Amino acid sequence: MVIRVNTIEKTVNWRFGNLLLVEVGSFILSLLWQYLFARREKMTKNNSAKYRAILSRFFSGKIRFVVGFAVLLFPFLLSTYHINVLTTALIYVVLGLGLNIIVGLTGLLNLGYVAFYAVGAYLYALLNHHFGFTFWICLPLGGLVSACFGLLLALPVMRLRGDYLAIVTLGFGEMTRLVLENWSDLTYGPSGISGIAPPTFLGITFGIRGTMIYLYFLMVAFCLLAIFLVRRLRDSRIGRAWVAIREDEEASRAMGINTSKAKSIAMMIGAAWAGMMGVVFAAKTTFVNPASFSFLESAMVLSIVVLGGIGSIGGIIIAAFAVILLPEYLRFLSDYRMLAFGCAMVVMMIFRPQGILPYHRRTYEFKEVHR
Amino acid sequence: MGKKAVILLSFYFLVTVNAYGKETIKLGVAGSHSGDLASYGIPSLRAAELVVKEINTKGGVLGVPVEILAEDDVCKPEIATNTATKLISRGAHVVLGHICSGATKAALSLYLDAKIIVMSPSATNPELTQSGRYPNFYRTIASDDAQAKLDVDFAINNLKLKKLAVVHDKGDYGKGLAEYAKKFIAASRKAELVLYEGVTPGALDYSALVQKILRSGAEGVIYGGYHPEAALIVSTMRKKGMKTYFISDDGVKDETFIKVAGSYAEGVYASGPKDVSKNPLAIAALAVHRKVYSAEAGAFYLNAYAATQCLLTAIEKAKSTNYEKIGAILHREYFNTPLGKISFDRRGDAIGVGFSMYQVKNGAFVEIK
Amino acid sequence: MDYFWGLFISGLTKGSIYALIALGYSLVYGIIELINFAHGEIYMIGAFTSLIVVSLLLMEGMTGWGALLLSLIVAVIYAAAYGFTVEKIAYKPLRQASRLSPLISAVGMSIFLQNYVLLAQTPDFLPFPNLIPEISFLKRIFPLMTPAEIAILLTTACLMVVVTFIVKFTKMGMAMRAAAQDRMMALLLGVNVNRVISHAFILGSSLAAVAGVLIATHVGRVNFYMGFIAGLKAFTAAVLGGIGSIPGAVVGGLVLGWAESFGAGYISSDYEDAFAFFLLILILIVKPSGIMGRATQKM
Repeated sequence: MVIRVNTIEKTVNWRFGNLLLVEVGSFILSLLWQYLFARREKMTKNNSAKYRAILSRFFSGKIRFVVGFAVLLFPFLLSTYHINVLTTALIYVVLGLGLNIIVGLTGLLNLGYVAFYAVGAYLYALLNHHFGFTFWICLPLGGLVSACFGLLLALPVMRLRGDYLAIVTLGFGEMTRLVLENWSDLTYGPSGISGIAPPTFLGITFGIRGTMIYLYFLMVAFCLLAIFLVRRLRDSRIGRAWVAIREDEEASRAMGINTSKAKSIAMMIGAAWAGMMGVVFAAKTTFVNPASFSFLESAMVLSIVVLGGIGSIGGIIIAAFAVILLPEYLRFLSDYRMLAFGCAMVVMMIFRPQGILPYHRRTYEFKEVHR
Repeated sequence: MGKKAVILLSFYFLVTVNAYGKETIKLGVAGSHSGDLASYGIPSLRAAELVVKEINTKGGVLGVPVEILAEDDVCKPEIATNTATKLISRGAHVVLGHICSGATKAALSLYLDAKIIVMSPSATNPELTQSGRYPNFYRTIASDDAQAKLDVDFAINNLKLKKLAVVHDKGDYGKGLAEYAKKFIAASRKAELVLYEGVTPGALDYSALVQKILRSGAEGVIYGGYHPEAALIVSTMRKKGMKTYFISDDGVKDETFIKVAGSYAEGVYASGPKDVSKNPLAIAALAVHRKVYSAEAGAFYLNAYAATQCLLTAIEKAKSTNYEKIGAILHREYFNTPLGKISFDRRGDAIGVGFSMYQVKNGAFVEIK
Repeated sequence: MDYFWGLFISGLTKGSIYALIALGYSLVYGIIELINFAHGEIYMIGAFTSLIVVSLLLMEGMTGWGALLLSLIVAVIYAAAYGFTVEKIAYKPLRQASRLSPLISAVGMSIFLQNYVLLAQTPDFLPFPNLIPEISFLKRIFPLMTPAEIAILLTTACLMVVVTFIVKFTKMGMAMRAAAQDRMMALLLGVNVNRVISHAFILGSSLAAVAGVLIATHVGRVNFYMGFIAGLKAFTAAVLGGIGSIPGAVVGGLVLGWAESFGAGYISSDYEDAFAFFLLILILIVKPSGIMGRATQKM
């Protein structure tokens, strides 16, 4: 911080002002840290019931109508730039929900989620470039092919646990990116594929603004669909199987759950969602190249899931919006964006590991009835 | 309900109030204004600023001032599409940029859809004009097939090399140049291509590549790509004691290359835009830069200066910001620029600009006649 | 044949660097079962620190070995301090938490450190001056190796011996092994586990710093992003050799270095990075605990 060296220009920059800043800053921060630490016990206590009550009141009846109306009205009042940002945030919401199935519900630590995203995006890019397939044909195809990819990943990692699983999935993600970069005959390498057709509506093509609005509504629909599906899956048999595997794999196997099948299904469904989002991404930016699918993307989606609260839908939505919108709108802080991001992850884990809006399975309390 | 409505409404107003200011002609400037290739993008931004300032003091274009909308794409294609979308939604009438071929290619279809003319001072990938897919694209620099030809001819005819290795960075620009180099070497029948490799930019070291070059017995390496990788490859080669000739392109002909590679840069060849420092307009442009920014102008400065002048002059002469009208003027008229009197051919390439070869001598690039 | 040996040596060099960093991963993982994602960043900080010190010393007129060694010492101290602090801030509070929390915290710390250096310094690739002089008689004995490569191999070999000595014959080493075997038991038997963990971090970070300085001299440039890739590969090496095992880290590092070098040289240099992961997946399918790992995997 204090000394900045530039060996290209052969300069050394002494910034003694920063020295003072570092000293004072670390003193204040350490005091703050100790204070927060002392209060840590209270923070991790679960107030989620209270928050949930507030939220459900907020989203009931008239408010729901107003919010829904606002959501429908947004794109017509905002500039293309804002719609673009909102759509990106919505894409990450669905990605977060998809990863939630793998990591949150089943407990499989997947650090290579971006591979499925990339598969979907490139599928659409290639099919559109070579054969002119349209968006709507490629959307389900993208999901399907990504699901196969998910199965491909699930097979070798079936026996692996915890950290090994993490590193293998990470490697898988990186390898996908490397293949995309180097198999130029198929994927056009680092220069990517440009001029991808945006989605059409019954044959009508829109201009830039029109496409953006169209994609926005599409994403809103996807979000609602994803939320609905995750809710239903959570309470289904397979959902319970996943949670059982997450809690204790041996015990679930002992109870008769086919863990291999359940894990594969989790991976496939999560991958399918990412694949579809990849198709949307390619349509939105009309250009794909391997650099958009690095480990950083996986890390971001993972942090959305974790920061939002593992398994919690509302939390993931809030986290996705925070992660995408805050850096965009707090532009003056854009240099410090990643710094704040990393800091936030550490701080959240220490002081509120259950996430912004933790998820709790419905519990029923039996109260003694006094006769 | 009332409070929430107020909050919602104020939110709407906050986000929808754009700069409903005066009418201006908006010149979008897109390029690498930060990052490791910023030394290519910043001179263009400065050129635009200087030209615009001069034009505004003379009354602007079509009677209104010119406004610069600068967006940074860090020379990354995936960011360039965002940059383009932003410039389009901000209402740019014409765009100076992008700087790197890959980024330009990624963004062009968006500009084409929006019917915006794009002129680049430095994107040299031939496909951009020769494919015919981008009639809205122009450039004030010759394209890479000319550059590759110059590099190959120089290696074979001037340096009399018989065994050549061609290396590229797998990007649009580098690989494009390398492909042409490969073609020209084969066509010349005077030299043999002993190695054709791609490297990943940003890798930790290139010792494997250098080993391969050594094994292939190449007398010279023709490199297509940018200066960070070139600097590392050259230093690795020289550290191993290899005396192989190194010939590269205008992505390497930059002060920063010499600074990073240090003493290892000595003797390296690189092609770049022809030296026009005798042109009086060029002398004036360079002097202005020196005065305002207290530093020498960097790469592509004169090309960007010329491009900005062409764009704004064309708008003035067309008496409108209409896409077709500006295009007609650009194809028809000749413009007086620091690069000389130039115009644009049917495909968008500049008529009247070329490349020449430079070599690092005593720590600076010197043109070889 | 020269080609083969050239690749062999560059693989050996790369592998030694990976081994040094992998040791840090293994030491830490053995005791607290955490993938220290920020370890790669410590390596990068070591390189940057030495760059700063070397530039200052060069300005004062000191050159060659002296400058390098002095910067090495400063880098090690600095990196060890960083490692110690990172552990205290980001990992210690999460020791009781589930598997996922410290991992996320580690990723966050890694991002934080990367961008901290990015902002405090510069995003450019900064050239590192070549400080190791040519020693003529060495050039005759080992014609294929540059002085930097020789230095790397010698240093790594010495450090391996030192680390093995520490782990096997000192009290702290024994405490580390005990804590790695069964943390609760070690605690009950009076071992100050917190202290042991801090020591593991300090040792690991010092090794990473040395690796950083060596690589900076060898390759000639440093950049804020170098820690990420190197860290990833070194972690792959550690897992390859059996995470938690010290000789495993060394073996894993060397195997990885050779795999990359020969793969790039004989098969394709495009997929150089992929060889590492491919090898990893292969080993993990065949022998999930790694080359030298314990047969029964602690869950």
